[in-house]
Amino acid sequence: MANAKEIKTVLFGPIFANNPIALQVLGICSALAVTTKMDTALVMCFALTFVVAFSNLFISMIRNHIPSSVRIIVQMTIIASLVIVVDQFLKAFAFDLSKQLSVFVGLIITNCIVMGRAEAYAMKNSPGMSFLDGIGNGLGYSVVLLVVAFIRELGGSGSLFGVQIMPLLSEGGWYQPMGFLLIAPSAFIIIGLFIWVLRAYRPEQVEKA
Amino acid sequence: MSSKNDSISKTLIVVVSLCLVCAIVVSTAAVQLRPKQTQNKLLDSQVNILRSVGLIEGKASPQVIADTFSKHVESRLIDLQTGEIVADCDTSCAEEYDYRRAMKDPMQSSALDGAADVASIRRVAGRAPVYLTYDENRNLQAVVLPVHGYGLWSTMHAFLAVETDGNTIIRLNYYEQGETPGLGGEIENPRWKAQFVGKKLTNEAGEVALEVKKPGNANPDSPYEVDGLSGATLTANGVQNTFTFWIGENGFGPFLAKVRQGALNNG
Repeated sequence: MANAKEIKTVLFGPIFANNPIALQVLGICSALAVTTKMDTALVMCFALTFVVAFSNLFISMIRNHIPSSVRIIVQMTIIASLVIVVDQFLKAFAFDLSKQLSVFVGLIITNCIVMGRAEAYAMKNSPGMSFLDGIGNGLGYSVVLLVVAFIRELGGSGSLFGVQIMPLLSEGGWYQPMGFLLIAPSAFIIIGLFIWVLRAYRPEQVEKA
Repeated sequence: MSSKNDSISKTLIVVVSLCLVCAIVVSTAAVQLRPKQTQNKLLDSQVNILRSVGLIEGKASPQVIADTFSKHVESRLIDLQTGEIVADCDTSCAEEYDYRRAMKDPMQSSALDGAADVASIRRVAGRAPVYLTYDENRNLQAVVLPVHGYGLWSTMHAFLAVETDGNTIIRLNYYEQGETPGLGGEIENPRWKAQFVGKKLTNEAGEVALEVKKPGNANPDSPYEVDGLSGATLTANGVQNTFTFWIGENGFGPFLAKVRQGALNNG
C-alpha cells in the first residue's frame, strides 16, 4: 500500500488539480443532461462514483489476467454490469428519481471517465489505489455537476432540491426565471466558465497553444 | 502484460468466466429487485389516477395510495371500437392488463394509417383500461381515461378525468413526458393543467371541440378553448392531437358516447 501522501493525491487530486471534466474535459454529456435539478444531479454523482470506484477495483484485481487483445471488452463488460445493477437498485428504491434520470443512468456505461480511469489507472495499479482513484474521480465529477446544477436550478427554476428559494413571478413572487438555464447549452457555458475560473486560479492547467 | 495472457485458451477462459460472473450478478439483481420495481410502477400509476380526480394531492405514502385506490377506484377494460365495457373482465383482470404491452403486440393492437394516426402513436390497442371512481356513498364520480400522443420529442402520457356526463373535464394530468424542460415540459405545470378544469370535450353535435389555442388567444368564457404554451407550439399541437385522436372515433369516442347515454348509471 502506498504512503499517505500518495493516497491524498489520488483521492483529492481529481477534485481541482486534475479534474476529469474541467481539465480532461471527459464525461460532459451527462453533465449537460441531468443538471437541471440538484436532486437528479446528486443521484447521478452517487451512481457514477459507485460505478467508477468499483469498476476500477474489479478491473485492477484481474488486471494481470486480462488478455490485452480483449481488454477493452473486458472493461466494458464489468462497467456495464455495474451500471445495470445500479439502475435496477434505483428503480427499486428511488423510483421517482430513476424516472427523471431515465436513460442517463444507463449511459454511464459510455461515460468516458469510467473507461478512461479503467484504462489509464486501474490496468496499472493495485486494487486499493484504483478504488481510491475511482472515488477521487467520482468526487471531481460530482463537484462540477453539483456546481452546474446549483446554478441551473437556482437561476432556472428559483429553487434548490425542489424547495422554492425565490418565489416566481408567474406564481405571485418577484423572480423571473431564466429559461435559458434550463436547456442544455447553458450547461456548456457554465462548464466553460468553471474551467476558466479554475485555470485562472491554476495557470499550470492551461494547455500550450 | 505477459504474452501468456494472449494465448487463445487463456483469452477464452478469462472471457467466458468473466461473462458468467457478470451474468450471475446482473440477473440476481434483476430478479431480486423485480417485485419491488413492479410494485413501484403500480403505485406510480395508481397515484397518478388518484391525482387526476383530486383524491390525492401531492405526495402520499404507499399505504395511503393503495388504500385510497382500492376504496374509490374500479378498473375496467373497454373495447375501443364498440365502446362497451368488456363483460368477462372484472376489476382484478383489468388491473392485470398490461396496456403498454398490448399497444405493441400485433395480436392485441392494430396499426393506424397516416390520416387516422392524428396523435402519431402508430398503433392502438383493441382494449383499453378505464378507471371509474366512486365517492364515499359508492356514487359514480368520474371516468378516468389514459391518453397519450406525440409532442415535440416524446410520447406524452396523461390521465384525463371526465365527469359522468362524459363531456366535462375534471382534470387533465400529464405525468410522463420528455419535452423541453421549462418550455414544453410546462405541460406538467399545475397552473397550465388547471385551465382544462370544467372545459367540454365535444360540442352539441358530438364533434371534438376542445381547442388548444395560441398562448393568450383563448377566450376564457369559451367552454372549449385553452391557452397553449409560449415557446412550445409543437408540444401544444401534440396536446391538441392527443385530444383529437382520443376523443374521436378511433379513441374513446364510442365509449364516451355510451357514457353520455348513461351506460354507467345502472351499476
